[in-house]
Order: sequence, then structure tokens, then C-alpha cells
Amino acid sequence: MAKQGDWVRIHSIILTPEQRSAAVPEDTKSVPLEQWTKGYLIADTMLGGEATVTTRTGRVVSGTLVDETPHYSHSFGDFVPELQQAGDEAFAFLFGGSTT
Amino acid sequence: MTKDNSFSAVMARKSEIIRAAVGVDYKQFESGSIAFDYEKMMASTGYTLVDVAEIQRGFAIGNTPLIELKNITTLVRKLSKSGLGARIFVKDEAANPSGSFKVRRAATSIHHAKRMGYPGALSATSGNYGAAVASCCAKSGLKCIVVQECYDSRGVGQPEIIEKARKCEALGAEVVQLSVGPELFYTVLRMLEDTGYFNASLYTAFGIAGIETLGYEVAQQCRMQTGKDPDVVVCTNAGGGNLTGSARGLHKANCFPTIVAASVNLKGLHMASDTQFNKKSFTTGHTGFGMPFSTWPDRSDVPRSAARPLRYMDRYMTVNQGEVFYTTELLARLEGIERGPAGNTSLAAAISLAQELPEDAIVVVQETEYTGAGKHGSAQLSFARQNGIKVSLGNPKDEIAGESIVLPAHPSLLHAVDVDLDHMRRSLITHAASTVDHAPTENDIAFLAEETKSNEAFVREALDQQ
Repeated sequence: MAKQGDWVRIHSIILTPEQRSAAVPEDTKSVPLEQWTKGYLIADTMLGGEATVTTRTGRVVSGTLVDETPHYSHSFGDFVPELQQAGDEAFAFLFGGSTT
Repeated sequence: MTKDNSFSAVMARKSEIIRAAVGVDYKQFESGSIAFDYEKMMASTGYTLVDVAEIQRGFAIGNTPLIELKNITTLVRKLSKSGLGARIFVKDEAANPSGSFKVRRAATSIHHAKRMGYPGALSATSGNYGAAVASCCAKSGLKCIVVQECYDSRGVGQPEIIEKARKCEALGAEVVQLSVGPELFYTVLRMLEDTGYFNASLYTAFGIAGIETLGYEVAQQCRMQTGKDPDVVVCTNAGGGNLTGSARGLHKANCFPTIVAASVNLKGLHMASDTQFNKKSFTTGHTGFGMPFSTWPDRSDVPRSAARPLRYMDRYMTVNQGEVFYTTELLARLEGIERGPAGNTSLAAAISLAQELPEDAIVVVQETEYTGAGKHGSAQLSFARQNGIKVSLGNPKDEIAGESIVLPAHPSLLHAVDVDLDHMRRSLITHAASTVDHAPTENDIAFLAEETKSNEAFVREALDQQ
């Protein structure tokens, strides 16, 4: 249960497939246009429930509660051996020496 | 009375919403036919180059270093025929407050929005421009909303765009994220109407005037550091504003180098496709924006775009995704400068074209951008692998956008490819002709010659051939 005043993330459907622009490709037209917004919860809400939030600019927006105290977890990814090898070989090509 | 907020009803109110949110009546520039008064529009900001530079100083923007890439130049000379291999310089725009040149573009807009009494600013962008607007709004005490196209229908987001969302939030903005689709513009119009915020569009005269200082600084710094003008300036090209503003600034410094556009080649990938959205490893600086915005600039979110790159472009080159990641690695490993991949698109092209030029020629790459989690070669290539893209070392010529990314197995394999610029010019001319129901007037023909940096004979021939 997220409490009133908690920082949360909500999700909503902006346009259903039928409401979408005629100009979009078929694969895009077959799915809805979705939106994610963050804000402070106006009333206690269960995860998955209908929530209303006040955003940082003071807008009041409603949607399904999908995340409590959302945070970022993007990273530098996995080790990419090709990048390191390319860099090592370019260094050796310019300055001499071996790459191993 | 409740407003009709259906897609068609909101789109029908587009002109009045944009007029209120930009504070410019575009009708004053129109001729009633194809032509419009571009220079009148550019002058309509009321800010001169000196004013813009002063505004930018107030935001601690600009005067970024112009760095000679001596080791990359040596590498280029090892790959070139005797006597060839131009000196390469890069303007380190990552040193700006928001981490990219885009903050030059935001500064004039946000200064103007504040002066005009708007309570906040809104920007529709998945790129560095969001952080740029957020940075200037933070400094100006204005509220800020950034609207991003970020996720596919599986809810999977591009790591580069997620990092930009984080940065916007760090600078105080509200970030609204959407799934794939051009109807983002519909959402933006609704929000502009509801909030009364200024539309900090990338494509107003305010934005492009802001980039002129970049070109002006390039000319001044190059003269100061080398005693001569640059021979070539390479600009990463997407929406066209970077190239347009930089070229205009160079011209204002009475400096007329060859202007080269560079884009990442994403041939075959549809930009509005949900299933192809995460098959690309660049979210900007690519041909998916570069081509359509060059050949038809007025597809933007304002009636007349101030970004009109074919007016200034002398050459257009593409590089593959693998070549840009490789170049990013070269910049880190040979020069000790770690920067974001997308901004190095123009550097990749420069490494290739410098091999055609004499040793005393000067090539300036006019931007870098910040790097970080998500916005980094390892993050973007890992994401590509997760989405079924084959990543390898080999010949970048074999790369197929959406299927593979091939980093050069040797620096001699990095090779930028020329785009047929006359074909693009003809495309703009015939499209322009299709927007009116009469034959182009003499005034239109003169205008189209300027639009395409060609001449009236070329325009007439293109019109005859259509």
C-alpha cells in the first residue's frame, strides 16, 4: 500500500489502437499509446489500483499505480570485449607495442 | 464548456495552441505561396548575436574549449597517402552546464519565456535538449516539463533515453514518458493548452539563434589557435538545427568553410515502428531524422522551422553505428577524453574525410556530449545484444541496421559514405511544389534556390523533371 504523499509512478493509456493516428505503421497502430508519469500520491492506493498524483509542476494526473518510490537502475551494461579489443589495437597501432 | 480532447479535435487546434505557446504569429513571414521570409523570421527574435552571447554567459554556457586531437590526427596520417591527413579539432561542448551544445539552443528560448511571463516551459524531446531546457529553467526559476518517447509496447526503454530522463529530473524537470509514436505531438499540445507553458521547441528562431554562437566561437578560436580559418566544419545532423545555427554563426564571423553534415546510417529502420524502436542503438544524430528533416524541414512542431540545413550544407556523409562506437573508443583511448557516442558521429566522419585533405588543412568537429550510465558504448552495445543485434569486429560495410553492428577491425576500415546531395535538393524542391495548387512563382523559384544552396536553373530543372 502506497501512502498519501509517497512519490510514485503511474501509467495510463492516452490513445487506444482505434484512436491512434492513421499515419503510424501497422505494428504501432496495433498497440495503444501509453504514458508514464511520476508524482506525489493524493490518497493511499494499492499497487495496481487507480491513483491520482500531483506532479512536480503541480499538475494533477490519474492512472494506474505501477511503482512505489521509483528509482533508476540503468547502468553501463555488460562487458563488451569488442570495444576493449578495438581500443587496445588502435593504441598499439598508434604507439607501437603488442596488445597482449 | 468541456474541450474536445480527441486526437482530431486537438490536432485541429494546433495552430492556435502553438501560437499561444511560442508567442509568434508565423503568418507575418508568409508570401501566400511556397516562399516565406526566412531572414525576417530569424530576425524576429529581437536578439542579436551579441545579445544571445550575453544571455548565454548568464547561464555559464559557451566558450567551450577547441581541442586539437593530435593523436587521432597522427592516426589519420598513418592511414593516408603521403602529404594527406588534415589536423582534426573538436569543440568540447560537453563542458556546457547540461552536458551538450543543446543548452545554447535552450538559453534564448528560456530567457525569452521568462521575460514574456510564461510560468514554465515544455519541451518534447528524447535527447540532450530536455536536460538543456531543464538546466536553463532551473537557473531561471521556471517550471519545466519534458515529454519523451521512451518505451516500446513491451515497456522496454532505450538506456540512452532513460539516462536523459534521469538527468532532466536531477535538474528539476517533470518527465512524462510515452511509448513509440508520432502522436507525442498530440500529448504535447494538450499539455501546452492545460499549463499555459512556453513551447521550448527545438525549431524556433530562438533555438537556432542560440547555436550561432557555437559557429562564431569555432571561427574565433580556430583563428586564435592556428592563425587561419577552418577548411571544413563537420556537424552531426538530425533535425538540422545544429548545422543551420553553426553555419550561420560561422558566416557571421565572416568564415566560410565547407560545411559537412554527418549522420548515423539507420537505413531500413522505420522511426515510428514499435517493433523496430529498440533495434537501433542511436536515438539521435541518425538518418531517420537527418534525411526527412533536411528534405522537408517544416515537418517540425512549429509552422516554419528555423532549422533549414540544405541552405548551408556542402556535403552529407553517413557512418555506421559500429564506426561511431569505435570512434568513441578512439577518443577515450588515444586522446584520454571519454564522451557520449551520439555526439561523436561527426568525429567518425571527420576521421574518414581528413584522409582526403592535405596535412595543413583544418577539420573542426563542432561538438561532443556528456557520457554516463545508459549513454555509453558498453551500455548501448549490451542493450543491442539483448535485443538480438549481432555485435562484432569486422568491416563496417557489412553492418545492417537493425540486425548487426560492426566495429572496424582496423582503423583503415572506418569509411564515411557520401549521400547524393543533389537528390536531396530535388526532393525538397518537388515536395515544396506539391504543397501548392499552382505552378511555383518566380519568387518561389528564387526561394527554393536559397533553400537548397543551388541556383534557379537547378530548381527549374528539378521542377521540370517531376
